[in-house]
Amino acid sequence: MSENPMDEIRLAELLHALPPVPEAWLQAAQERPAIARAADQVLELAEADAEFRRTLIEDLETALRAAGHEPDPRLVDTLRRRLPDS
Amino acid sequence: MTGTAMDWASVSDAEVVRACRAGDDAAWRQLVERFSRYVLAIARAHRLSESDAEDVFQDTFARIYEHLGRLRSDDAVRPWIGQLTRRLCIDRLRASVREPVVDDPEEQGELDRRLTAVDEAVSVQEALRTLSADCREILDRFFCRDQSYHTIGELLDLPPGTIASRISRCLAKLREAYEGRSEAPPASGEA
Repeated sequence: MSENPMDEIRLAELLHALPPVPEAWLQAAQERPAIARAADQVLELAEADAEFRRTLIEDLETALRAAGHEPDPRLVDTLRRRLPDS
Repeated sequence: MTGTAMDWASVSDAEVVRACRAGDDAAWRQLVERFSRYVLAIARAHRLSESDAEDVFQDTFARIYEHLGRLRSDDAVRPWIGQLTRRLCIDRLRASVREPVVDDPEEQGELDRRLTAVDEAVSVQEALRTLSADCREILDRFFCRDQSYHTIGELLDLPPGTIASRISRCLAKLREAYEGRSEAPPASGEA
């Protein structure tokens, strides 16, 4: 139980304190598993193909296009985080 | 757990986390939906610009997704997300030349008060989740989305008088649910 009874005005204020998130932000975050799967595919390809791996490290966006992936900023960020430096 | 026809309102945070970890995309969508307002409210409590708040929001969910497997206690997902978001907000402020990180005790106290209010608001949202779908919808539309009686009336096909009485009834139910809820688990489980 909470320590003090909550009056309904305070409850209303607290409901108001958490407004909804813009739909586009929500959708972008909800698509994270698809981004992670795309990153997995790209990294598997880089593991198997040294030339692709080199291109990926040198010019990530171009390498992604060549592999048939749109260089979505979230995919690019994920790959930059997961790619080893060399 | 499959997500297609699931009523997620009755599913605990820990169960959502477990389903996410098992690769259930619907559970992940639910986790984002469930904690999105919390993450944004923390960013706003740090007075980040809208653009920085959006970056922190996306970065937070990217890290949650990548590190969910390291969470030690599934029940502690909310404090873990809170800590993670606060850390990313501080990093963002540190990286910004225009906004020095708060080191004035008075400002720090003000930030702490805003964050405490956010946590309290999340507890109210959790209580809201236990109400009927009708109550959840009308309270969310009126108090969170600032919709007028007129707009709500049109959307839900209800006369204004009914809306007022339903809001009042649902608010009373929310108070009962809030006062009867069990306390949140202690913070732990940092990845």
